[in-house]
Amino acid sequence: MSVLDTSTGSKPTGSDGRPDGGPDARAEDRDPRTGTRAALQGGKGARVEVRGAHKSYWDLEVLRGVDLTVEPGTVTAVLGPSGSGKSTLLRTINHLEALDRGAVAIDGEIIGYDLRGDLLVELPEKKVLAQRTRVGMVFQQFHLFGHMTALQNVAEAPRRALGVPKREALARAQELLEVVGLGAKADAYPRRLSGGQQQRVAIARALALRPQVLLFDEPTSALDPELVEEVLSVIRELSRAGTTLLIVTHEVHFARDVADQVVFMDGGRIVEQGTPAQVIDAPRHERTRGFLQRIHAG
Amino acid sequence: MEGAPVTLTARQAASRTLRSSGADADASAPDRAPAASSLDALGDEGIARLRIAPAHRPVRRIVVAVLGALVLLALVLIVLNPRWEWNVVASWFLARSIIRGLLETLKLTVLAGVLGFGLGLVLALMRLSGSRLAAGLSWTFSWIFRSTPLLVQMLIWFNLGYLYDRIVIGIPMTDLTLFDERTSTLMTPLIAAVLGLGLHQAAYASELIRGGILSVDAGQVEAASALGIPARHRHLRIVLPQAMRAILPTAFNEVIGLVKGTAIVYVIAHAELFFTVQLIYGRTQQVLPMLMVATLWYIVITSLLSIAQYYIERHFAKGAVRTLPPTPLQRLRANLGAKGRDRTEVHA
Repeated sequence: MSVLDTSTGSKPTGSDGRPDGGPDARAEDRDPRTGTRAALQGGKGARVEVRGAHKSYWDLEVLRGVDLTVEPGTVTAVLGPSGSGKSTLLRTINHLEALDRGAVAIDGEIIGYDLRGDLLVELPEKKVLAQRTRVGMVFQQFHLFGHMTALQNVAEAPRRALGVPKREALARAQELLEVVGLGAKADAYPRRLSGGQQQRVAIARALALRPQVLLFDEPTSALDPELVEEVLSVIRELSRAGTTLLIVTHEVHFARDVADQVVFMDGGRIVEQGTPAQVIDAPRHERTRGFLQRIHAG
Repeated sequence: MEGAPVTLTARQAASRTLRSSGADADASAPDRAPAASSLDALGDEGIARLRIAPAHRPVRRIVVAVLGALVLLALVLIVLNPRWEWNVVASWFLARSIIRGLLETLKLTVLAGVLGFGLGLVLALMRLSGSRLAAGLSWTFSWIFRSTPLLVQMLIWFNLGYLYDRIVIGIPMTDLTLFDERTSTLMTPLIAAVLGLGLHQAAYASELIRGGILSVDAGQVEAASALGIPARHRHLRIVLPQAMRAILPTAFNEVIGLVKGTAIVYVIAHAELFFTVQLIYGRTQQVLPMLMVATLWYIVITSLLSIAQYYIERHFAKGAVRTLPPTPLQRLRANLGAKGRDRTEVHA
């Protein structure tokens, strides 16, 4: 896509500084096998497990027992009508939403709680924040910090959450902005950017912590149709970078393209899950079929 | 089948309008010719000379004239009436005692302002924290200090020595004392005034800061939490700077109110600006001119604060508006620049 091509010419500046990257990872910008630029690579993908997730808001049951496994480095698309619990599920994975019952684990580490015998003891905020730095999140409404430039937005979390020195954080932020094709917009405030550009900054911001898991909550739903592709192409490139991706989306074609696993949710449960070919092209469940038909019609 | 004919007619209609508009253009060509040619006749140079003039607004001119006349009338009534005794105002305006009082007023404002807004911020964060105890304490503080008249608070602080003879800090039931002093020695008029004004201000400031914080989109906190940014930075780096937009106008109201509110400390005989003025007119009987001296100084302080407010608000507007409003200096330079360009072009 043109968006990404613009950035290909500009080599990432400054040293990579990745703790886990070997010398050959630094030797060239692109991984020869996947064709993905090194800067895009977050941490090594982690395994996400959700077990028996229940969540209610007062008398409204949002999650009624969700079990889901996402293998390291794979892409899972979550489909389903509004109010089916997709977003809530996503938000429980980085503990923005606490579960009533059940648990979430990333690479076997339980998120938000300390397991003591049969008890899940809530972790102090500091530990939860540390866990969250392994999980990046991209929101439907972007939620860029409005009083900061694009560059400051991307550099903020490494500085405040990881204590990276300002200079280093800014250099890495510039590099990430170039990867999402916005190197020239580093000093622009979010309000001066288009929706698609804002969402690409938000993706760069999520990548700045080199997350092992990236959560996308309807990343293109707030965008004008002609801006959707520029964001999707960034996500598509990310999907080859080895980070584990969970994407709540209404873009069925996109889901079929990039997802290794598709999950269809309704009424707080996972109704159907499998490969894109199984769930999107040959849905077995009545509810899935109806939903996909309506999406295609609309 | 129903759709097809409609589409067809629509397309026909479209092509017809296209064709007919072309025909119209041809037909009206003779009519429009003079207009087109008059522009042509100007030539490139003529077109370059064209200037855009603002529209005439007769009603606005009348309103401006009437307002101007009223302002002039007011000035005449104030300046030319000898009973205002402007010469007395002028002779006292920079008098040493007045300046001393003015500095005292500024000192009170700064101390009470810092105490008020500092404590107010803490109270606001307590109120919004998840802790019920902290929120309850904060609420109770605001409740008490907002429901007691400032005058009463001031007098209670000043007369604390009457209520409690000594202030002793030590360990109860033992002879160990770390601090022991007569209350009346500690509670100078300045301390009483700063405590009275500052704590009262804090109760109001906490509500106003809380309002500003609540006005920031919850998504901002959520995004910061998701990025693992610690709570202190979340509040100070993400939320507060954006809350400032909502806080600042009201906060400056409060500060300006505080400048004039310091006048209330005359009840405990602290020699700030207003008390000084009272002392003087008590002696000289020139009541109105002396009140004008104080008023003019309050106007000066308020004006300076208003200028500061403009620039501070502008600073916190970055990111919230697409283009910042120009500073008065920038506006002046732009105006001068435009005129300069006009002139050079005229010369050329």
